[in-house]
Amino acid sequence: MIETEALTKRFGDLTAVDGVTLRVEEGEVFGFLGPNGAGKTTMVRMLCCLISKTSGRARVAGYEVGNEADSLKIRKLLGLVPDNVGLYDDLSAYDNLDFYGRLYDCTEAQRKENIKRFLDLLGLWEKKDAPAGTFSKGMKQKLAIARALIHDPQVLFMDEPTANLDPESSKTVRDFILDLKKEKRTIFLNTHNLDEAQKICDRIGILNTRIMAMGTPEELERSVGGRKTVVQLEQVSDAVLVALRKLPIGNAVVDGNRLTIDVTDPEKENAAIMDAIVRAGGRVQSATIVGSTLEDAYLKLVRQAK
Amino acid sequence: MRLSKSWIVASKDFKVFRRKKNVIYTTIAFPLVISILLPVVLQFAGHRSGSSGIPAAELVTLLPSFTFYFLIIAGYVPTTIASYSLVGEKVEKSLEPLLATPTTDGEILLGKGIAAFLPPIAAILGTSAIFMALSDLVTHGRLGYYFFPNLNAGVVFLLMVPLAAVMSVEGNVIISSRVSDVRTAQQLGALMILPFAGIYVGGELGLIDLGSTTNLLIIAGILMTVVVLLLYVAKATFRREEILTKWK
Repeated sequence: MIETEALTKRFGDLTAVDGVTLRVEEGEVFGFLGPNGAGKTTMVRMLCCLISKTSGRARVAGYEVGNEADSLKIRKLLGLVPDNVGLYDDLSAYDNLDFYGRLYDCTEAQRKENIKRFLDLLGLWEKKDAPAGTFSKGMKQKLAIARALIHDPQVLFMDEPTANLDPESSKTVRDFILDLKKEKRTIFLNTHNLDEAQKICDRIGILNTRIMAMGTPEELERSVGGRKTVVQLEQVSDAVLVALRKLPIGNAVVDGNRLTIDVTDPEKENAAIMDAIVRAGGRVQSATIVGSTLEDAYLKLVRQAK
Repeated sequence: MRLSKSWIVASKDFKVFRRKKNVIYTTIAFPLVISILLPVVLQFAGHRSGSSGIPAAELVTLLPSFTFYFLIIAGYVPTTIASYSLVGEKVEKSLEPLLATPTTDGEILLGKGIAAFLPPIAAILGTSAIFMALSDLVTHGRLGYYFFPNLNAGVVFLLMVPLAAVMSVEGNVIISSRVSDVRTAQQLGALMILPFAGIYVGGELGLIDLGSTTNLLIIAGILMTVVVLLLYVAKATFRREEILTKWK
């Protein structure tokens, strides 16, 4: 659905996006994680045909980004939730949506149906006649999402959809995105929120001008190198440590009566570790597998880039 | 260029303007007050010294120059609306989603232009009719005939006033790209009245004969040239990428 090849954008001497190559399949939720100024918004703007690319190639639903004739077609089949909601405060929620429905060539019947459907889904139908300026941040964000969906787009670009929202509103928005995922819409999500990315995205790209890493959340976690087995013993004896050193496993760190052992495949290695501990006279109270988190992966990659 | 898209953009702006009292006030009340005030001046000026008011010979030169007040209004009023239409969108950060719709830059610009042009032009033409009717009422006794309507007034109201309004809108598009609040846009936009005020003062000082149809047509021709030149600049300014990356 979305393909880019060495996509690059420069503003004078500043390179905002540097040679990004990616492919987002139909019905996939793809997330971009990255610090401020990483080029996430620039990427979305290029793919939405809002700004030109400097070099490289991008295609959305088979249409060529940068081709004047294709630009209108691309914009017609996508919906955008920008980082600033950008609603008309003086217009009612209904009129805000109706205006965009008309710009997307929706018939009056389609507009009425979709406005009702999305305002209902987002819990705003009762407020349909209230000016958008009277809405809370969370309500405005929901209205901006409804606006992006008014024409039933195939692709939805969302730039920081839960930024600055309180936890409850964030959850509502996240749940709604998960509902959209069930409808098999292709969603391209920019976010700072690692937890959100992990819960929503099928695949994640870590962007810092260039793509630093890309994969499923699990793949990214594993890419940081590893997982650990934490074993709580009654007492850590020298015999236990000697026995562990004989195993083909990673480093073991002792902290009181707790052993933290680097492992690559805990499901296979843990049996041998437990066996060695018990044979050396150690008494195991508990054992836990601790994985690297997406946060670990993100921080490692972003720090490396610096 | 699909006019239907531009009309959708303009209709939305009309809805927004209806909720802004100062826009309504500036658009309707300002020209209305002028259209009533000028005939009042014609009726009462010159009475203080005990004379019977402005003599007929003076009225014949004063009335054409008064029509230029409407040219000045046409240079100013669209600025107020255009400021809301363009800088207002900047302030509300609503340009990005608008630009992401399947509309061209030209269609959006035309829509914004229609929204900023139609209400003032309707108000100015309506109030100019009031001005002409009231002026005829108060001057008929002294002139012995109805001064308005006449060819020169037709040139001013139907040719020069619309051109001045278009020029004002174009000027505001250019100003809007450089400022980030409505008030500053309006203040800078008010400078658009200077050339029209200059024409009026030139007429009063006897530098330009504003009673000459030829002179009026020459001024209209100059206005038309400026309108075409500003259109190119406005179109170059109102480009998606410029708006999103360079507009302050």
